[in-house]
Amino acid sequence: MTFSTIQALVLRNLYLYTRTPVRLVELVFWPLVDLLVWGYLTVFLQKHTGDSFPYQITFLIGAVILWDILFRAQQGVALYFLEDVWSRNLLNVFSAPVTNADYLVSTYVIGFLRAAVTSLLLAVLAIVLYSFNLFELNWSLLPFVFNLLVFGWSLGMISTALIVRWGPAAETLAWAVPFFIQPFAAVYYPVASLPPAIQWISQWIPCSHIFEGMRDGLKDGVVSWNDLAMATGLNAVYLALAGWLFVRVMRTAREKGLLTKFVAQ
Amino acid sequence: MASPVLEATDLVKDFGAVRPVDNISFELRRGEILGLLGANGAGKTTAINMILGIVTPTSGTIRVFGKDLARERIAILRRMNFCSTYTQLPGNLRVWQNLTVFGKIYRVPNLKRRIDEVLDLLEIRHLKDRVSGHLSAGESTRLNLCKALLNKPELLLLDEPTASLDPDIADKVRTVTKRIREEDGTSILYTSHNMRDVEEVCDRVVFMHKGRILFTGTAAEILSHSNEQSLESLFIRVARGGEIESGEGKGEPDATT
Ligand SMILES: Nc1ncnc2c1ncn2[C@@H]1O[C@H](COP(=O)(O)OP(=O)(O)OP(=O)(O)O)[C@@H](O)[C@H]1O
Ligand SMILES: [Mg+2]
Repeated sequence: MTFSTIQALVLRNLYLYTRTPVRLVELVFWPLVDLLVWGYLTVFLQKHTGDSFPYQITFLIGAVILWDILFRAQQGVALYFLEDVWSRNLLNVFSAPVTNADYLVSTYVIGFLRAAVTSLLLAVLAIVLYSFNLFELNWSLLPFVFNLLVFGWSLGMISTALIVRWGPAAETLAWAVPFFIQPFAAVYYPVASLPPAIQWISQWIPCSHIFEGMRDGLKDGVVSWNDLAMATGLNAVYLALAGWLFVRVMRTAREKGLLTKFVAQ
Repeated sequence: MASPVLEATDLVKDFGAVRPVDNISFELRRGEILGLLGANGAGKTTAINMILGIVTPTSGTIRVFGKDLARERIAILRRMNFCSTYTQLPGNLRVWQNLTVFGKIYRVPNLKRRIDEVLDLLEIRHLKDRVSGHLSAGESTRLNLCKALLNKPELLLLDEPTASLDPDIADKVRTVTKRIREEDGTSILYTSHNMRDVEEVCDRVVFMHKGRILFTGTAAEILSHSNEQSLESLFIRVARGGEIESGEGKGEPDATT
């Protein structure tokens, strides 16, 4: 792993965003729409349900912000690869002295930056528009957010691996993969509200523990160490598996000439 | 004699049932410009991609700078570079931004100065602030070449570098190719369909047909074995499946017969 290589690969993406600021719209526009829709739904529900479930309801706003951290991190990783496909730059990058680790770490950095931009923006707007303060969780927020970021990276690597393996036809996976797991991940509702079979699945998904932990944290102000530990442990496994998948797919791609096919298409 | 910069031994590549490279062996000597000649689909690009490590050989070995490519790919890639008409640099970045990114990847010292040098060499310094995607095909080929020269590669792979160029610029590219060999001692593997390129630039030629090597040698040696007046007519006869006695310059036995 070489610092200057990672720096160069990150720089390539930063140039991209400064060159074509319209890309920033995507970082701001969709998350903002989500926040407005879920925010006003929350306002409406609060008015009509009295005080019975206030925490679960305001948590919808928190869930929007946190889901976006996961989603932007995943997209940072997956779109990074697609940018090279779209600009026919893939061979230049993979014929350069760039290791898998260099490449992956720079996608993580981009994923992190994307998530940081969106989540900060949303967190501030949530305070302004709905007096919802995610930062009430103080420092205990950080390990939760970090876990979301890491899970986003894992999903990003899985998306990229699928795109490398199945070609540009699989491009839509870059957007779809996080939504495969969203129903099981208890983003907007507690795990307990799911049917037992789905609850069983959801316990194996790192981010369901994060969302569950966040809900508890916002309700009682107590950090759910148990959820955090589960999420961290699962995340380590997912990250390792996703990294392994990526490396394996790159090896297959070299055997089958898949990287050169991207150029031809 | 010094050990060759590039040594390909018994290279085979299978893509499923297709065998674009069928047991080829050749070497590129230090400071040599070796032409890889052959009709469409002969396997030239596949061979180049194997040397770049983008495609792994089904069997056979590639040694570059005396090292095994399969084991020391990254260390080898640092000392080489490549330019192909099939790839582009990101069109949404400016020329200087693209060269900065690749300069950093290749750890080029004094990068700013080196960027100006290569832009001057290819006579496109005036395009430095332009958006790469707005360049004409010929300009963008020259930008690709700039990227390929940034790290003063000891081994340079050029896949049809003159394919989209007008005669004037193609001539300049040939001149630059010869010049970097003279000045930096760069060893160059050069694929082309343009016989003019091959005759003017290459010291020796590897003539491929359907994944195999038909001839290796200087243009004159190859012609003397083939009863043809020019490489061009030989090329056309081979491409149309004419009977060719294969032979090899310098009396070496041919790898394929
Ligand atoms: N990734 C791949 N998967 C399957 N077949 C491939 C792949 N890459 C190349 N081929 C096949 O291998 C053969 C040789 O292709 P290659 O690109 O090496 O030829 P070439 O000599 O460079 O031709 P050209 O002069 O047209 O560039 C072709 O028949 C091509 O269809
Ligand atoms: Mg080719």
